[in-house]
Amino acid sequence: MIVTGYVLEIAQVALALLLAPGLAGFVRWLKARFQNRRGAPPWQPYFELRKLFGKEVVMSNNASWLFRVAPYIIFASTVTVTLLVPMIVAPLALDGMGDLLMVVYLLLLGTFFLALAGLDPGTAFGGMGASREMTVAAIAEPTIALAIFSLALSAGSTNLGRIVTQELANPAVTVSPGHLLALAALFIVTLAETGRLPVDNPATHLELTMIHEAMILEYSGRYLALIEWASWLKLTIFFTLLANLFVPWGIATTFDPAALTLAVLALIVKLAVLGGIVAVVETRVAKLRLFRVPELLGASFVLALLAVTSSFLLK
Amino acid sequence: MTIPSNLISSQTMTWLLVVMIAGYGIGAVGALTLGRSLFVRAAATSGAIIGAGAAFILGSANLLSGQTLTIQISDILPITGFALRLDGLGAFFLVVIGLLGVPVALYSFGYSAAYEGRYSLRLIGAMLNGLLLTLSLQVMADNALTFLLLWETMSLSAYWMVVTEHDQPGTLQAGGWYIAMTHIGFAALVAMFLLLSGGDAMSTSFAAMRANALTLAPLARDAVFLLALFGFGSKAGVVPLHVWLPMAHPVAPSHVSALMSGVVIKMGIYGLLRVTLDLLGGGPAWWGALVLAVGTVTALLGVLYALMEHDLKRLLAFHSVENIGIILIGIGAGLIFRSYGLMALATLGFIGGLYHTINHASFKGLLFLGAGSVLHATGTRNMEEMGGLIKRMPWTALFFLIGAAAISALPPLNGFVSEWLVFQALLGGFNIPVPEVAVAFPLAVGMLALTSGLAAACFVKAFGISFLAIPRSHEAEHAHEAPLSMRIGMAILALACIALGLAPFSVVPLLGGVLAGLGGLPDTRSVFTLNLLVQAPAGFAQVSPTWIGLGLLILLALIPLVMRLMHVNRKRRVSDTWGCGRIGQTPRMEYTATSFAEPLRRVFAELYRPTKELSIDFHPESKYFVKSIKYSSRITPLFDRVLYDPLLRLIQRISRQVRRIQTGSLHLYLMYVAVILILLLIAARWF
Repeated sequence: MIVTGYVLEIAQVALALLLAPGLAGFVRWLKARFQNRRGAPPWQPYFELRKLFGKEVVMSNNASWLFRVAPYIIFASTVTVTLLVPMIVAPLALDGMGDLLMVVYLLLLGTFFLALAGLDPGTAFGGMGASREMTVAAIAEPTIALAIFSLALSAGSTNLGRIVTQELANPAVTVSPGHLLALAALFIVTLAETGRLPVDNPATHLELTMIHEAMILEYSGRYLALIEWASWLKLTIFFTLLANLFVPWGIATTFDPAALTLAVLALIVKLAVLGGIVAVVETRVAKLRLFRVPELLGASFVLALLAVTSSFLLK
Repeated sequence: MTIPSNLISSQTMTWLLVVMIAGYGIGAVGALTLGRSLFVRAAATSGAIIGAGAAFILGSANLLSGQTLTIQISDILPITGFALRLDGLGAFFLVVIGLLGVPVALYSFGYSAAYEGRYSLRLIGAMLNGLLLTLSLQVMADNALTFLLLWETMSLSAYWMVVTEHDQPGTLQAGGWYIAMTHIGFAALVAMFLLLSGGDAMSTSFAAMRANALTLAPLARDAVFLLALFGFGSKAGVVPLHVWLPMAHPVAPSHVSALMSGVVIKMGIYGLLRVTLDLLGGGPAWWGALVLAVGTVTALLGVLYALMEHDLKRLLAFHSVENIGIILIGIGAGLIFRSYGLMALATLGFIGGLYHTINHASFKGLLFLGAGSVLHATGTRNMEEMGGLIKRMPWTALFFLIGAAAISALPPLNGFVSEWLVFQALLGGFNIPVPEVAVAFPLAVGMLALTSGLAAACFVKAFGISFLAIPRSHEAEHAHEAPLSMRIGMAILALACIALGLAPFSVVPLLGGVLAGLGGLPDTRSVFTLNLLVQAPAGFAQVSPTWIGLGLLILLALIPLVMRLMHVNRKRRVSDTWGCGRIGQTPRMEYTATSFAEPLRRVFAELYRPTKELSIDFHPESKYFVKSIKYSSRITPLFDRVLYDPLLRLIQRISRQVRRIQTGSLHLYLMYVAVILILLLIAARWF
């Protein structure tokens, strides 16, 4: 049983790594279709990865060893998070290693090094991206913490496996006001943390509108491949959290092959639905001015605070 | 992890104490008497290392074996004499002192070489040993007079070290603020101990105070608590009594800043715990709520002002204020839980606070030593004049990066574990039966998370602007790596940060042992850890930074290996930074510290109220051509604006009025004396 658990963990990581470029490509393709374009096929990111891994790296002569090491740290921290998030099975074998707070701080580890890597070549774009990214990350933190609080209140734990199994045990808690408000707050935070409109435009290269893209402007070759893959993986992780923490049905609680197959299919369906929602939101909404983003995140903080208060009062 | 008591006898403990005092003594005497400056520095350093090392071993011996130490010398001080007693709480702080003292002493050997000929090396060396001695004895003080005597000596030694560079602008003023605020706190402490000893017994020993506290009226207990919070808070640097910290810590020599930020301000935390938890035995919920509120405000204001600083050491000083706030959040939560009888959660809160104490000592010490190396190499504290130091000072950069990652609470380093513990303590807030108090906890969670995120942003700025990219000045371009003694000092603290982060399962039980018995807290040594995991009460949550750290390392090794197996293109070419077609890159094109912090400055503009002055010099012929632009902006911190400036103006106004009686006429003065004498005689006759 334990061996199967660890094998499943590795399988889950492999599944996440395989799905991540597809998810990003799917969202991109849907947006193109909504905008009346043909768009690149949904599997375009796989070709991008193959292309980038085959190219040579060109590095700035002002950059240091940090620039070379950062892509590995970012990728490793994001993959470590994948080990903790319940995608097809709950609870995971490694569930005791980390809870939601560990997930948040591991993602912050990746952001920290990405921002430093943006500053390293000494370009103005990199500095600008780093500055904006850290601002958005810092202001999104209280919302995430409060959303975790309200989820943990009903489950009695911050460990992800326990939250999911508690929700499967009493489904009424998923439609409680606390959970719904937390879902709304976390959806806004997802848009902010994964660099989607209206906070950041993943398709732009205009300096005034870049946040994530600005930091990785100097990267090329295998480094860029690792960073892009890590950012798609982060998107997958956030979507999985939104899906499995708030709509957990379909996830397997045993190691039965039928349940696992169902779980994989359920995951793909949930990711596709969320991808569709995000594509619609991105097409309908224009990018916010940078100094309006804190107002949006402030609104999500208020939602999260309401979520916690209602969980307290209705307990 | 314990050592049986028969392995460490009380004889051994006494010997360790003697070695400690002797070490400091040799260091001080050697520094004052030896001839060549090399010997002076060597004597001071080796004395301090022996002393601090003995302190560390003494503290660890108590924590691991439970063996205590009691010394009573009746003749030195009146009433109850000079008394020392080492218990768990004191032993923990002794370990912190030793942990920071050894690297700082080693570092000072290389650092004070730069002071040769300019300032007195004897005084620096002697005062370093003196400060460490008073700190080590302070945490063992067992009666009020010993405590107060050592407190004052500690403040004075710290003052002498702060004003070492007395000819630099702002140093003496900073020293003045420091000594004034520490004495205001001292006055509060004297009043507090008077209230605690109370009655006619006039015994000042802590044991007598513990017994006496049970009979004190609730109003007296509240007064003692408030005086303790004020007095110890002013030493710790809580808002609004923090104003001296960002002034004094930057101007002190860097190893002194490290020692002050790492240990001296923690004496405030020690005192608060000693009085509130040990002597008073805990109190009503509003005590904890006050500490929690003060801690939250301190943490937020500290980090918000740190973000706007471009003086590297001032930035670190504001972060010390922030981290004291986080420690107080843990302690406040612990006090609230204790007052409602939720003992397991209370212990969790206190453990979080204490763990953060030792963590902060290690990473803040490391950061200050790193900033000192940069100051030593470039001659400036201004981040806007640094840059590119990672290539010129690789070791310093690596150690500073470890410190920056630790303070941003990134796993698997030590900052993450203590913040996780404090979060878990706050998350237990829903167990509190009173909703008005319970609702404070989610607010505290939100504010703590905001503080943590802002700290990460601030350290990206601090490390990124100082060390990365291109040098912004001639000094930065020709910076040299720090000497070996400074590097070893920093390496010890970096290793401590990593060890404290990877082995929390051994630290948490030790802290549980420290707290057992204090203020009625149960023995929770086995509750919070399981194998390599750290867990919160009733299985609320579990985390294992050890496994995560291992996982990260494995992945970091695995990814390049897999890439090599998949025949990924391994070529790498170094070339000029892409400049959109222009040739050449100058430091003027880089981001600056001010520009990095600008978005956050706008977001929190209501708090900062920055003033801006912009003057543009146009070409006389046409307004479309600009000759020069001058921009200056200043932020006056909130409490300076709202509290201290008006207070100082009021004091000056009153003083001017009082000065009227000083006319210079001798006849008038003699009349004053005569009138007062007559009034006193009348008063003595009638009352």
